[in-house]
Amino acid sequence: MTPRRSVSAAIPGSAAPRPAPASASSTGLWLRRNLIGSVQNTILTLLALWALFVTLPNIIDWAILSAVWHNPDSQACRDAAGACWAVVAEKHRVMLFGTFPYDQHWRAVAVIVIVVGMAILSAFRRFWSYRLFAAWLAATAVIFILLLGGIFGLTPVGTHQWGGLPLTLVLFAGTVVGGLPAGVLLALGRRSSMPAIRAVCTGFIEIVRGLPLITVLFMASLMVPLFLPEGVSIDKFLRAQIAMTGFFAAYAAEVVRGGLQAIPRGQYEAADAIGLGFWQATGRIVLPQALRIVLPALMNEIIRAFKNTTFVSIVGLFDVLRATSTALQDPLWGRFAIEAYLFIFALYFVFCFSMSAYSRHVERDLAEGRNL
Amino acid sequence: MTDEPAAIVELRGVNKWFGDFHVLRDVNLTVGRGEKVVICGPSGSGKSTVIRCINRLEEHQEGDIIVEGTLLTPDVRKIEAVRRKVGMVFQTFNLFPHLSVMENLTVGPVLAQRVPEAEAEARAMELLARVRIPEQAKKYPGQLSGGQQQRVAIARALMLRPKVMLFDEPTSALDPEMINEVLDVMFELAGAGMTMICVTHEMGFARKVADLVVFMDAGEIVEAAPPEAFFAAPQNERTKLFLSQILH
Repeated sequence: MTPRRSVSAAIPGSAAPRPAPASASSTGLWLRRNLIGSVQNTILTLLALWALFVTLPNIIDWAILSAVWHNPDSQACRDAAGACWAVVAEKHRVMLFGTFPYDQHWRAVAVIVIVVGMAILSAFRRFWSYRLFAAWLAATAVIFILLLGGIFGLTPVGTHQWGGLPLTLVLFAGTVVGGLPAGVLLALGRRSSMPAIRAVCTGFIEIVRGLPLITVLFMASLMVPLFLPEGVSIDKFLRAQIAMTGFFAAYAAEVVRGGLQAIPRGQYEAADAIGLGFWQATGRIVLPQALRIVLPALMNEIIRAFKNTTFVSIVGLFDVLRATSTALQDPLWGRFAIEAYLFIFALYFVFCFSMSAYSRHVERDLAEGRNL
Repeated sequence: MTDEPAAIVELRGVNKWFGDFHVLRDVNLTVGRGEKVVICGPSGSGKSTVIRCINRLEEHQEGDIIVEGTLLTPDVRKIEAVRRKVGMVFQTFNLFPHLSVMENLTVGPVLAQRVPEAEAEARAMELLARVRIPEQAKKYPGQLSGGQQQRVAIARALMLRPKVMLFDEPTSALDPEMINEVLDVMFELAGAGMTMICVTHEMGFARKVADLVVFMDAGEIVEAAPPEAFFAAPQNERTKLFLSQILH
């Protein structure tokens, strides 16, 4: 036998640290590689450029160059070849505030400012505490005072007169502010060791998830009054709000439950071992972690809740979309519906896109393992 | 000295089943005040389950567990009373990742015992100095090494001024170079007179500090002896086999 000789060898390193080689990801290179890198890519690029060349001038001409921007007379719009943005200028009060009394519109504007301001405040993580929830409750009180009136010398306004963007935003905020805690409780209840609580929560979640929102709204607005004793009636707005909140809570509950399941058992055990009770462990240890995990998914549900507010028009509430279609019943301006709707679409897009951009921002931080 | 009973933890005829699996079979164990007991045994022998029963992370079905005069029953107040006297250190640290080191330490006393925040923070700084990482108070667990995390976990368990410390394989999840920094803290704690029950494979630790070494296999206590006798002259065949496998 020859003595055993191995081929494996290693050489101790001696190089000093040096900067990474120049990255090959400049914009110019990316363009060249992806747009004209191959025959197929070049053909696709040319086709796309041609499509832009054909459509873009028409769109610009219609939307900007030949558009009528500001003219109280709809005749100018009829004569023009372009878009009639004047419809928005003319009808924006009805579109944005619906049937809310005209001379009280400042109150509606204040409500919009409060809801948007609170939403922006809620986006900052340093404000995330149970105090933020208390602030929302306070804001809700102020909003209802502003909308309902009747005290502090404000003219009373019935909920049947509410409409437009304030109605949409109040429904949305109410849905999220009420539905999120309800969803958390439902999620906890569904994991409860007590069979009765578990059954009730599971039943609620599954029933609501098994129904389209429209049926839930119909049930709330048509069937609930049947079950109530004679003479007792719940306000139409309130019924819609309850239906929206319950619907959101059921979906939020399932999202939160996913987060609760992701928390390792060791976290519960450590909380037990240092003597925390169930609600202390849940509030301080489990929920903060679970909600961080599901935040992107929760944002998705929140965005959906915003868009779902358009459904309330079927039970006779004048949300911003319904208010717009009502505004367009004016025979002078009705033919410029596209422009009015485009404006409303842009409005929805701004709201939803800001929320989704925020969600992506949070997701990126989570992916980097940063502590929120 | 005092008229406190000599035994601080007592297990009498403790039996436990996971479903049909008899995981603890008639376990009898007495731990004296200030004494150190090391429990060893192959994996699945029930050694972790024993100490998890002592602070009721697991429920036993038969027998009595008495911690400083309190008999563990399903009564929540009894469970809370026992948990106040017992600190627990886990194999996987189980620090709260969303809380800073300081908050990890103070959350228990502040929420569960209503200790004023300033007082809890002062105590936390004292304990962080004791486990030799006072400079890490503001960091989050994810920014610490495994050894540092386990030392924070020990400090967290000490925050409630426990009478007994339970260690469930505290060094098993650590990289080799970090084991000693955790063992050093445990040595110091033992020297200060803490009652300790440790599930561990660190036989060096057992030799140096244990008053009693307990060997468990298949859910029962097979052999128990002071470390000198346990390592020099194990009686049972299963003990001999186990020791031959872990001592090289």
